[in-house]
Amino acid sequence: MIAFARARPLMFVGGLIVGIVTALALFAPWIAPYDPSEINVKVILMPPSWEHWCGTDTLGRDIFSRMLFGARISLAVGFVAVGISLLIGLMLGAVAGYNGGRIDGMVMRMTDMVLCFPTFFLILAVIAFLEPSIWNIMIIIGLTSWMGVARLVRAEFLSLRHREFVMAAQSLGVSSIRMMWRYLLPNAMGPILVSAVLGIAGAVLVESGLSFLGLGVQPPTPSWGNILIEGKDNIEIAWWVSMFPGLAILITVLGYNLLGEGLRDYFDPKLER
Amino acid sequence: MLCHIVKTARYLTEIKKEINNRHGYVFHCFNGYSCPVLNYLMKRLAGMIPLLLGITIISFGIMHLAPGEPVVTGQEFNPKVSSQDIERLRAYYGLDKPLYEQYWNWLNRLAVLDFGQSFSADGRSVLDKISERIPVTLWVNVLAMLVIIALAIPIGIASAVRRDSWFDKGMTIFVFIGFAIPSFWLGLLLMISLGANLQWLPISGLHDYSWQQLGFWQQQIDLLQHLVLPVFISAIGGLAGMSRFMRTGMLDVIRSDYITTARAMGVPEGTIRYRLALKNALLPIITLLGLSIPGLIGGSVIVEQLFSLPGMGLLFFEAVMSRDYPLVMGITVIGAVLTLLGNLIADLSYAWADPRIRHGAGS
Repeated sequence: MIAFARARPLMFVGGLIVGIVTALALFAPWIAPYDPSEINVKVILMPPSWEHWCGTDTLGRDIFSRMLFGARISLAVGFVAVGISLLIGLMLGAVAGYNGGRIDGMVMRMTDMVLCFPTFFLILAVIAFLEPSIWNIMIIIGLTSWMGVARLVRAEFLSLRHREFVMAAQSLGVSSIRMMWRYLLPNAMGPILVSAVLGIAGAVLVESGLSFLGLGVQPPTPSWGNILIEGKDNIEIAWWVSMFPGLAILITVLGYNLLGEGLRDYFDPKLER
Repeated sequence: MLCHIVKTARYLTEIKKEINNRHGYVFHCFNGYSCPVLNYLMKRLAGMIPLLLGITIISFGIMHLAPGEPVVTGQEFNPKVSSQDIERLRAYYGLDKPLYEQYWNWLNRLAVLDFGQSFSADGRSVLDKISERIPVTLWVNVLAMLVIIALAIPIGIASAVRRDSWFDKGMTIFVFIGFAIPSFWLGLLLMISLGANLQWLPISGLHDYSWQQLGFWQQQIDLLQHLVLPVFISAIGGLAGMSRFMRTGMLDVIRSDYITTARAMGVPEGTIRYRLALKNALLPIITLLGLSIPGLIGGSVIVEQLFSLPGMGLLFFEAVMSRDYPLVMGITVIGAVLTLLGNLIADLSYAWADPRIRHGAGS
């Protein structure tokens, strides 16, 4: 354990943070000292104390408990959004990289097009016109963040497809789909994993940004973003309402970024060193 | 919100691929033509048209297929508004026609730079509304870009030159935090601490109450003071990304063969660093700046909302919330054009800065 921490500090610290946050989110109902939606008018806007570790909000709800349940929502947004973006990115990248030529050109043109677009505008418009439900948020973040994965998979497939083992499999009559799935994809797994981990961090940040504009996950369902924003109006008298969720976002995103960096060094040691 | 920088910036190999992607075809185009730059420019500008069409079709589609209409919303239960009135309003705004016809009409007007009229009560032209808001957004973003360049490049060089020193370690921590911090949260904290508690900086809007009474120079100083926090918040993510990237790029160059050769020949270290290595390490930064534009423009919604700046981002947000179709479309088009132009400028400056591309030698 200590040897691992020494050898790969980034991965260790990142993994630790991610592990702890995930565990807190998973076991939220058992850890949380209060019911996250329990309103208690006697303890409105109490500063942090032994009873309420992170203080209480304008309705007297315990912020620590709300943050634990908020972790579930924020992480769920991250995971599902990245799942969607992986799915799209993998399919487009695989088709482009495996076939090459014109199809490749077309897919990559499209990717460049979306990359040039201020996607936050698009996300904003879609969420405002449909409704800011958690599913819409997950889907639209996923739909606007697949470009990196697509380029990555395409580049990997492009360099893999003329290798000898692929030729060998081809001459044995392996079908294209099986070829991609069984032989090419496992070889490209490292970078894909890295970009997925970094993608989760990005999605958590986007959700909090949407919450800031009032278009994130809607209260009373707690997400880190909307707890933070609920504290915005009282920030001068009750800093803790906005402070702790912000810290939670910062630490979690930091953890995922560190883990991603560590994994990247692990899969591609010649970078950086 | 600078996810583009975050995603693309960190690793030199990725940027190199990016540059090859973008400039692969420049090489061909520079051969055999009498006026290559103009030719390239025309080609790129022509290439923008399908891109813009694609973007407008997507935006138009999403907007009109979403449930609820601007004219109808809020009027269903109003007893004074009869269904005939609603129909009249819809006809007035052209909402009663089929979708493809509406799009076609909109496109036709766009061709002569007529963005239509805003749906809001003042009914002003969209172009007017955007053009009075756009300078704020441009200023904040251009200043943010300058701050990024002015700080990130020296930081990156210093980190690379004094690798593993305390400075380098401190900067690495700053970079990771800069990537991870929600910018509006940082902005909020700074507003409270520097603005409300210490009273060092104004926290919202562009001008002080006493703006009218101030002399010309005082006005400029007041404006700058109001811009400090927004510019810093816009720049923070890019600053982190760019300095990290500059460090990696510099390290990469310092380790290359020609630098080793220069060292072996006894060229002084200062010359090696700042004359030989720096130039090559700076090249990819240009492309990176181009790539960061969509992030900056998107992020301006949040920054302008946070600091109540009357810019295009805030206008877009208001337009989206009130379903002002023509205004949303107008800003989308302008935002996309700005992004594309920014990218084009980045590519052109890259070609200008890299003699290999300028002379069409190819890689």
